Amino acid sequence: MNKIPNRQVICDVLMEHAKDDKDIVVLCSDSRGSASLTPFFNAFPEQSVEVGIAEQDLVSISAGLAKTGKKPFAASPASFLSTRSYEQAKVDCAYSNQNVKLIGISGGVSYGALGMSHHSAQDIAAMAAIPNMRVYLPSDRHQTRKLIEALLQDQKPAYIRTGRNPVEDTYEEDNCPFEMDKATVVTEGTDVTIVACGEMVKPAKDAAALLAQKGISAEVLDMYCVKPLDKDAIIRSASKTKAVVTVEEHAPFGGLGSMVAQVVSANCPKKVLEIALPDSPVITGTSKEVFDYYGMNAEGIAAKAEEALA
Amino acid sequence: MENLKAKAYDLRKDTVDIIMAGGGGHIGGDMSVMEILMSLYFDQMNISPENQDDPDRDYFIMSKGHSVEAYYAVLCAKGFLDLDEVKAKFSKFGSQYIGHPNNKLPGMEMNSGSLGHGLPVSVGIALGNRMSGRNNRTYVVMGDGELAEGSVWEGFMSGSMYKLDNLCAVIDRNMLQISGSTEDVMAHEDLAARVRSFGWHVISVNGNDLDALHDAFEEAKTVKGKPTCVIANTIKGCGSAVMENKASWHHHVPTAEEYEQIVKDLEERKAAQKG
Repeated sequence: MNKIPNRQVICDVLMEHAKDDKDIVVLCSDSRGSASLTPFFNAFPEQSVEVGIAEQDLVSISAGLAKTGKKPFAASPASFLSTRSYEQAKVDCAYSNQNVKLIGISGGVSYGALGMSHHSAQDIAAMAAIPNMRVYLPSDRHQTRKLIEALLQDQKPAYIRTGRNPVEDTYEEDNCPFEMDKATVVTEGTDVTIVACGEMVKPAKDAAALLAQKGISAEVLDMYCVKPLDKDAIIRSASKTKAVVTVEEHAPFGGLGSMVAQVVSANCPKKVLEIALPDSPVITGTSKEVFDYYGMNAEGIAAKAEEALA
Repeated sequence: MENLKAKAYDLRKDTVDIIMAGGGGHIGGDMSVMEILMSLYFDQMNISPENQDDPDRDYFIMSKGHSVEAYYAVLCAKGFLDLDEVKAKFSKFGSQYIGHPNNKLPGMEMNSGSLGHGLPVSVGIALGNRMSGRNNRTYVVMGDGELAEGSVWEGFMSGSMYKLDNLCAVIDRNMLQISGSTEDVMAHEDLAARVRSFGWHVISVNGNDLDALHDAFEEAKTVKGKPTCVIANTIKGCGSAVMENKASWHHHVPTAEEYEQIVKDLEERKAAQKG
């Protein structure tokens, strides 16, 4: 079982590159520990900026830094980063087109029992609705590494959501197929398409194994690039299968499910069933307890796939 | 400087003409901020169409983005934009010349319009330039109504935390906002004491006086270890009694008669400057 959370991988990658690239700047809002970025702050104090508990300042300062040629990575809990500083993301980063990478840590229901104030079930919908803002939810530590390395190469704003806890590997260190802004086909299949992002990819992969035991062939797409959505991959897969299931750690509106349904309905109409968090404060519990309760696990995803095919 | 003082009234006329051409605009704040913009663009800042991509240029952020018509007039006079084109296209369908700064246009660094963004963005610019070892300066102009935004005070905090003596914030203190007196809507006095208490050097001047602004910006350059805030005490609608100190002129478009009187008043004020 993997013990390394995706946020720690982000720190590792940034530290590897910051040695040679003095324009990389990491900003935190009293969140360096939560973001696993304390080692970066210790190793590169002159490339680190602490703003205190002030997300608006965090994002605006990042945009200003980017304006001077810096490559800021601003890390703050996804719940606050995607709401408290939403307008700064919209105006200063996206609208002004500044190279700011917003890292939403402890996304979704990572904070578990801390309650709805700390959950970010709206961040995909919110960020994806901003023109010129990209939205990424990497699935495991290997893909997170590939994603951050790719993002270091471009000059555009992006929002990246990671969870708090270690996630079981979907890929292997030397076998992690990755093409920027292209969904990864995790499992090939012909009966049902399962589109997942973030922490839901591994349970989707496991669901495909459960379905295989029942003679159902499921194709799993890792849609880490929620925006720009890989429409071609969706159309390609959904055109050959009989139904589509989406899985996301997000509210049921405006997220991956809504976006996939738009593409399927317009291009290859068939049933699309969605698995998501409810439109209400989620039940108290750890991420795993919450996922199990709402059927956001391998068994629940497999059952939804069977329902879609019924 | 005497030429600049007279020119301030020419640029006010250009500003009013832009507003008349576009059928909209924020005329009151345009008139109050004019000398601040002129002092920065014609007396202080190392910025021109020729060096606008030079990383060592001075940076300017128009946080009170609704005063974009005055900004257009100054950028035209500075050679970044063409006045006839601005007048022809301002607020028109498909135009880049919108009612707030648009950084797809030459000379405009960042988009603004929503208030309370410019100061923290400028903190980032000043910080980034210092990190890169540059000796340039960053200037940001805010309105006084804007000060009710909490994000402004986050910017004041971080500006002093990082000892950004390469940063100068200007507050266009015209005492009015769309609903009335700033002190009735959300009071800011004692403003100088408030900003000073956040660790900034504060200079309070007549913000429609180019000599006073020159002295303030020169003083700011000598202050080390902290950023400077110039409280520029201005007259909203400055230039004509038709619109001076009237909240209703926040974004009023002059009638034909008002326009005629404003132009006459501006010419008289200009003549008085030339003595």
